[in-house]
Amino acid sequence: MIDLFPLATVPTLRLHGVDYLLLVLYFVFVIAIGAFLKRSMKSSEDFFLSGRSIPAWIAGLAFLSANLGAQEVIGMAASGAKYGISTAHFYWIGAVPAMVFVGVFMMPFYYGSKARSVPEYLKLRYDEKTRAFNAFSFAAMTIFSSGISMYAMAKLLNLLLGWNFDMALWISALIVLAYIFLGGLTSAIYNEVMQFFLIIFGFAPLVFLGLKNVGGWPGLKEKLAIVATSPIYGSENYSSDAWTSAWGSLGSSSGNPMGVEWFGMAMGLGFVLSFGYWCTDFLVVQRAMVAKDENSARLVPLIASVPKMLFPILVIVPGMIAIALTATNGGFSIPEKIVDGATMLDYDMVIPGMLAHYFPTGLLGLGLTALMASFMSGMAGNVTAFNTVWTYDIYQSYIAKGKSDQHYLWMGRVATVVGTLVSLAAAYMANSFNNIMDMLQLVFAFVNAPLFATFLLGMFWRRTTGNGAFFGLVSGTLAAAIHHGLTLPYGASAGIKGGWLVSEVLHRYPSEMAQNFWTAIWSWSSCFVVTILVSLLTKRLKTDDELRGLVFSLTERRTDRYLVWYKRPAVLGAIILAFAVALNIIFA
Amino acid sequence: MKFDLRLPIGLLFIAYGAILLIYGLFTSEAMYQCSLGINVNLLWGAVMLVFGGIMFALAFYTRRKGADS
Repeated sequence: MIDLFPLATVPTLRLHGVDYLLLVLYFVFVIAIGAFLKRSMKSSEDFFLSGRSIPAWIAGLAFLSANLGAQEVIGMAASGAKYGISTAHFYWIGAVPAMVFVGVFMMPFYYGSKARSVPEYLKLRYDEKTRAFNAFSFAAMTIFSSGISMYAMAKLLNLLLGWNFDMALWISALIVLAYIFLGGLTSAIYNEVMQFFLIIFGFAPLVFLGLKNVGGWPGLKEKLAIVATSPIYGSENYSSDAWTSAWGSLGSSSGNPMGVEWFGMAMGLGFVLSFGYWCTDFLVVQRAMVAKDENSARLVPLIASVPKMLFPILVIVPGMIAIALTATNGGFSIPEKIVDGATMLDYDMVIPGMLAHYFPTGLLGLGLTALMASFMSGMAGNVTAFNTVWTYDIYQSYIAKGKSDQHYLWMGRVATVVGTLVSLAAAYMANSFNNIMDMLQLVFAFVNAPLFATFLLGMFWRRTTGNGAFFGLVSGTLAAAIHHGLTLPYGASAGIKGGWLVSEVLHRYPSEMAQNFWTAIWSWSSCFVVTILVSLLTKRLKTDDELRGLVFSLTERRTDRYLVWYKRPAVLGAIILAFAVALNIIFA
Repeated sequence: MKFDLRLPIGLLFIAYGAILLIYGLFTSEAMYQCSLGINVNLLWGAVMLVFGGIMFALAFYTRRKGADS
């Protein structure tokens, strides 16, 4: 969550007529897209699943864009300044392999089962209670996270532009509401693709100007060597390439600013967290489910992984440039904030600060539009995932069964309005009770961490039972909570950061990130083991026939030999992984 | 009927490109001190205009081909 403490140096963005013109033009376009799509919203399938007719490249870019909220743009630049190129692990280790896996191995079951949502897949594969567990936690999570990001955005606009907080909040929420209400998921997806291009065109000049200013990549490396060994920003323990080498300093957790060692990185982030998110989170999976056929659905995450791999240039490099210039008095410095009377760098202000520094009137409007676009795409992703899970998995399953399709289409629109209003309420709650929001996010992290074990066993081991899955999930969630309650990062006191179960913590991690990764590892392993044990002890309730199309060994393998090589998921997946490995080697 | 997404993307980028390009033409050099002396409005406006044009042309071309067959 973005911390917005009192700023010692507020970057001010002064907008002129031309900047407003660009911003307003963007608003007009997003709503117009929704209005044009309204005519094609005839059934609930149109509204929630775009009638399963979206071409792979559009769904692929939306897949990426829905995940690219404003918090990601701002947070990744902040991490780029704090940790350097190692932040790219969130992309190269923490996203690309999982995206390839979901495309090549899991999509056939999601798409082939004709499930309309991830919770619905769980119902088909396991049972009602497993679906309910996932549906309720997911619905609550999406609504709250969209509220939190709305809060962060409104606060940011308020700080930078002096806009009224309420006005910023309501205008952006109402625009997103309008285009989803009108055109459903198709409208969200179309807009996400447009937002994707806006984000690229809005931030690319920042990278260009920043790199030119520091003297290109060699100049940046030279300056970051000073950062790494400086007593203020780095530490004498770090080697001079701590900011510019992704793996070099990961041998021990004390040698790099993240405080993570390679195993925690590879297992915690690279396996549990990343596969858990990209392979099971309905927010992204929904965008692949709408593709026009099974092969397109498999290509969606693969297409998305290519720009994903290159995104560090756009979002991490600006952070690295910012810290390099700050440490060497290069003309730009990261804004400062005051916490408990002490002045420190406010890393979340890296992107806004650099926009204010480098962009003249005109381009500034474009940069701001890009920021708004990233915020809206993230929020729309949450809202469309919420209204689908609410309508199909909660309303249709537990509240009003067997109504007409038109009724559920109507319910989808109602859920869009109500979901947005609840998000707005959550945004106001975040504004007054920061702690409640932090706590909710923590609980959701516990619920999410074990999910991938449930899907992995469900898709690849037919013996897994509904009871196994359910109790595995519960035990994984508990394991995450217990691990968090027993450990603390260095320098933190017991409470929201952990250590709330005992008076003397069992283990202290070098950083919060290391603690998060290990919480995930414990949670996943516990879910994996308990699911297997309970499955062996309980009876299978689903017959082989019922599991056809849902489990690997019971599903007929369709050949894709008739396709040209660049349309075959396995071939593309291998090429993409090779590129990811190459990037890791080049920046090792 | 859904429409070709490249159409609105093309139109938006043509509009953005044209606005930035024209704005860049009519603004003085002094304004571009912050961007290292480069008239980024003019340059980036031109790039966006070309990108928008390509998107628009692709949508237009596909549509005509579709109408022929």
